[in-house]
Amino acid sequence: MIIRILTAAISGLLFGAGLYIAQMTDPTKVLAFLDLSLMATGQWDPSLILVMGGGFAVMALAHLVRRIGMKKPLFDVAFRLPDTKDISPSLLWGSALFGLGWGLAGYCPGPAIASLAFLPYASLIFVPAMAVGSWGSGWLANRRR
Amino acid sequence: MIDMAAFTPWSALIGGVLIGLSAAVLMLGSGRVAGVSGIFGRLPEMGSDLVWRVVFLAGLVAGAWLTAQMGWIDGQVRPGFTGAYAWVGLVVAGLAVGVGTRFGGGCTSGHGICGMSRLSVRSIVAVLVFMFVGFLTASLMGVFVR
Repeated sequence: MIIRILTAAISGLLFGAGLYIAQMTDPTKVLAFLDLSLMATGQWDPSLILVMGGGFAVMALAHLVRRIGMKKPLFDVAFRLPDTKDISPSLLWGSALFGLGWGLAGYCPGPAIASLAFLPYASLIFVPAMAVGSWGSGWLANRRR
Repeated sequence: MIDMAAFTPWSALIGGVLIGLSAAVLMLGSGRVAGVSGIFGRLPEMGSDLVWRVVFLAGLVAGAWLTAQMGWIDGQVRPGFTGAYAWVGLVVAGLAVGVGTRFGGGCTSGHGICGMSRLSVRSIVAVLVFMFVGFLTASLMGVFVR
């Protein structure tokens, strides 16, 4: 139990440090990547590709280690990785809606929450709205079922 | 085309590697996906997973804060939106990200880093969709609003 909480703490700290070093906590940096019209004026910033690429490469290695040598995680009884396979309508419209919000504000969930460390106006508005959207729609969907 | 003054390849790559390590620690240690929208979105479920989820999110905030104290880089946090009605855009964007990641089953971390790297078709499709709409939205905003 303690070791799993410690694992979560280390993972969270690394994640926050990575986001800050990559300047993903700055929504204008993210928007300078997503706004392709900036290419026309020579102001486009491709940094985000390398953030994704770096994370992807390390995780690809981790998946390899898991597949080759691990039947269960180090500190728990089983891997709990999603096993759904179908391309459902909600996967498509949900991801589209996420893309819309991301493109509007330059925040995805990780950077929005990490940037609460600096209490900027933007994430103080964005994160509660995100909580209402996520928790509220989850509650509604559960109730209807 | 590329703004070489704004492009930060090394800090982006180092930051990305740290995010990958974070996800690797959580997966190989506890067997969980480091998807921030899922960890945040499932807080109301309470139960035995509540503690590690809260600790992870607290670590996320603390990690950014502690790194800022080192003063290695200019991590200034500028607002994406400005003006008197910025809050309206931020509320709309926050709601969209909250609802969208719940029904889309993940965000840039869960689908983008954890899912794509295990070649999950669902995650690859999700990333293509949210990248496309993200590019489209930000570019239209860039042309017509900013």
